Amino acid sequence: MIGDELIKIAQAEQAEKAQYPHHIHVCTGTPCLASRSDMVKQALEQELEQSGKARLCRVKGVGCKGLCAAGPLVSVEPDGILYQGVTPDDASVIVASLDSTPVKRLQCSLEMPFFKRQVKIVLENSGAIDPESIEDYIAADGYQALFHVLTMMTPAEVISQITKSGLRGRGGAGYPTGLKWSTVAKSHGERKFVICNADEGDPGAFMDRSVLESDPHRVIEGMAIAAYAIGASQGYLYVRAEYPLAVDRLKTAIRQAKKLGLLGENICGTPFSFNVDIRLGAGAFVCGEETALIASIEGKIGQPRPRPPYPAEHGLWGFPTLVNNVETFANVAPIIRKGAEWFSSIGNEKSKGTKVFSLAGRVVNNGLIEVPMGITLREIVFEIGAGIPDGRQFKAVQTGGPSGGCVPAQYLDMPVDYESLLEIGTYMGSGGMIVVDDTSSMVDVARYFMEFSMTESCGKCVPCRVGTAQMYNLLDSIAAGTATLEDLALLERLCDVVKHASLCGLGQGAPNPVISTLRYFRDEYLARIRQQEVV
Amino acid sequence: MKDRQQVLSRTKTLKIDGHDVSGREDETILDVARENGIFIPTLCQLDGLSAHGGCRLCLVEVKGSSKLLPACVTHVAEGMEVVTNSERLIEYRRMIMELIFSEGNHVCAVCVVNGHCELQSLAQRIGMTHVTVPYLYPRRVVDASHERYALDRNRCILCTRCVRVCDEIEGAHTWDVSGRGIEARIVTDLNQPWGQSETCTSCGKCVNVCPTGALFEKGKAVAEMSKKRAFLPYLTLMREKRSK
Ligand SMILES: Cc1cc2nc3c(=O)[nH]c(=O)nc-3n(C[C@H](O)[C@H](O)[C@H](O)COP(=O)(O)O)c2cc1C
Ligand code: FES
Repeated sequence: MIGDELIKIAQAEQAEKAQYPHHIHVCTGTPCLASRSDMVKQALEQELEQSGKARLCRVKGVGCKGLCAAGPLVSVEPDGILYQGVTPDDASVIVASLDSTPVKRLQCSLEMPFFKRQVKIVLENSGAIDPESIEDYIAADGYQALFHVLTMMTPAEVISQITKSGLRGRGGAGYPTGLKWSTVAKSHGERKFVICNADEGDPGAFMDRSVLESDPHRVIEGMAIAAYAIGASQGYLYVRAEYPLAVDRLKTAIRQAKKLGLLGENICGTPFSFNVDIRLGAGAFVCGEETALIASIEGKIGQPRPRPPYPAEHGLWGFPTLVNNVETFANVAPIIRKGAEWFSSIGNEKSKGTKVFSLAGRVVNNGLIEVPMGITLREIVFEIGAGIPDGRQFKAVQTGGPSGGCVPAQYLDMPVDYESLLEIGTYMGSGGMIVVDDTSSMVDVARYFMEFSMTESCGKCVPCRVGTAQMYNLLDSIAAGTATLEDLALLERLCDVVKHASLCGLGQGAPNPVISTLRYFRDEYLARIRQQEVV
Repeated sequence: MKDRQQVLSRTKTLKIDGHDVSGREDETILDVARENGIFIPTLCQLDGLSAHGGCRLCLVEVKGSSKLLPACVTHVAEGMEVVTNSERLIEYRRMIMELIFSEGNHVCAVCVVNGHCELQSLAQRIGMTHVTVPYLYPRRVVDASHERYALDRNRCILCTRCVRVCDEIEGAHTWDVSGRGIEARIVTDLNQPWGQSETCTSCGKCVNVCPTGALFEKGKAVAEMSKKRAFLPYLTLMREKRSK
């Protein structure tokens, strides 16, 4: 594969597209497939065939369009019409409307803030290209960045671009990506590895799954660029087995990329070689922790080990290893293509670019959103999310999953960035965002997450293994109204020990939902305790 | 001369609890503390076995690190300032010890190792007087199917010394941990009764490294059993020599 060939493929794809005046895009992400978008697609194809319009319009399966709760979603391009809740029976009206006015009944306004307020970098191709077609990705400037890097840049220049962009890890902690890359690049080792962490285990989080399902080549391209930068020739995509569609699409993508010489030996005619293999995780949350993930790839029991040494020095089979999140890798190609300055102009002072969130819970628009860093929670919940349904009151937003905390109403105008969220006792996490209204009790929210941490604890270290079980029992008795004030005091002592003495991030983060709800909603805890004392 | 310089450059000086001490760069804080008679409690660690870092009793404060670090796996560094006995550490250790006691069914009065138990003596040493967290009273299965030894999971603290000694020293890898979190427990082979294990060589190393009465020799009555561990450092030393 050389540069001209990339351009040829892109041109051929565009010429093919230009033959059709109309394009119908059917979302084939997991949520839309679950409401049978595959049958909608089939019905549309049949209808076009039967009505003799097959030459006028091409039907294409695309990745997630974001408004998952309103699926199946179908769009008509280039007119920019979006239909929601489409059934196979609607195929005839949609096809009939191609040259006339859109079907009002199904139409979903693209003018609504849900679409207008988003800024798409990671999701720029999601819902627009066919995730099973490498040509479609190449026509959308895909693999240009890889080609450019391999032919025009030294590894050090690549790292410097990533550093300048200000990109930080999207897997949770926000570690500067450029710094991590340069550490691995400088570590000595006969071999080096690149690992993409696609274990995504936070309850309610589906950002990474959506990226992999909608635009798998973007992640592979990011990994290849990283491999070149750090000097690795082998990569692993660690995907949880619960994501069969993502795995299928990744397999297809890897096969296609190999066929075109974008993976394998001597990529783009350069001395650089890189292969990617998929490893399936059995769905243990703790296997998302990088050292447990590495143990799991090595075929060992998926338990974390103390760090340091960090994987950057001592990773897979003892070799220097770069572990980044799916979304982190998905940002790499656009940064190379459009420049570090462009990327760092988005976001705020210390948090650059965008963040993908899965917006869920008691909010009108549930779905996948990508917003610039520094946007306020109020904008996310009340504009993009269109507020709380059924006229209920907003109470809190839970971010960061089982290691995160909640943000109460008084902080709705806080910017969403790594530091601000930490300051108010929660953290960015991988992008789960759950809206809680006044019908829910924060004690129940805390108990829910503690149950999750307890069952997902690997059991290696004492504070996490026993501490989470003890804390869960205490929360359970508080919720049941049988706890005393001493129990509450013990709960707080346990929070302190488990947070500071646990081996890995799972235990260290497990008390956070409790600490945070106690900080802002202590009265809800006390209310349940006093009841019992009165009796 | 060159050799000597190399050795010197590999020696690190540091402070533990205000004492100036020195250690080789491949030594852990725990190694150096022990050499200098500074006590740091440990349970999962055992000389001669790989580090585990799971009991968390050896956590220490290191100046400049926001996190507490396990002394058993943290290597010494030049100029390091370590604190092993702050109030906070003492409180955490006691709580961790209480959690260990609350997790199993530790009834010292009827235990074969009463009086020779690492868990018991360590609890005394760090000043645990009673258990302030609720006992969990788990139901755990005893395995007495082996002809010479038995496993009472009620007394197991999941330190994994048996797993490691069997894998690393005996080379049999009979033991493993199955399940996760509070459900985790040690098993032989693929969770078969110990007596039916095809890999167990009946060498007894697991029994001797077990810090509690979880693994014991049959036929010993209450407080009769003490464990012999001297073989371990010797074996590892011999192996290191041979591989050199
Ligand atoms: C319990 C636990 C679960 C984690 N799960 C994930 C995960 O599902 N995906 C992920 O990317 N990172 C996860 N992480 C963070 C990883 O350890 C690691 O920091 C991350 O993959 C680094 O990538 P980044 O620098 O691109 O964020 C988890 C950490 C912990 C402690
Ligand atoms: S002795 Fe260090 S963690 Fe157990």
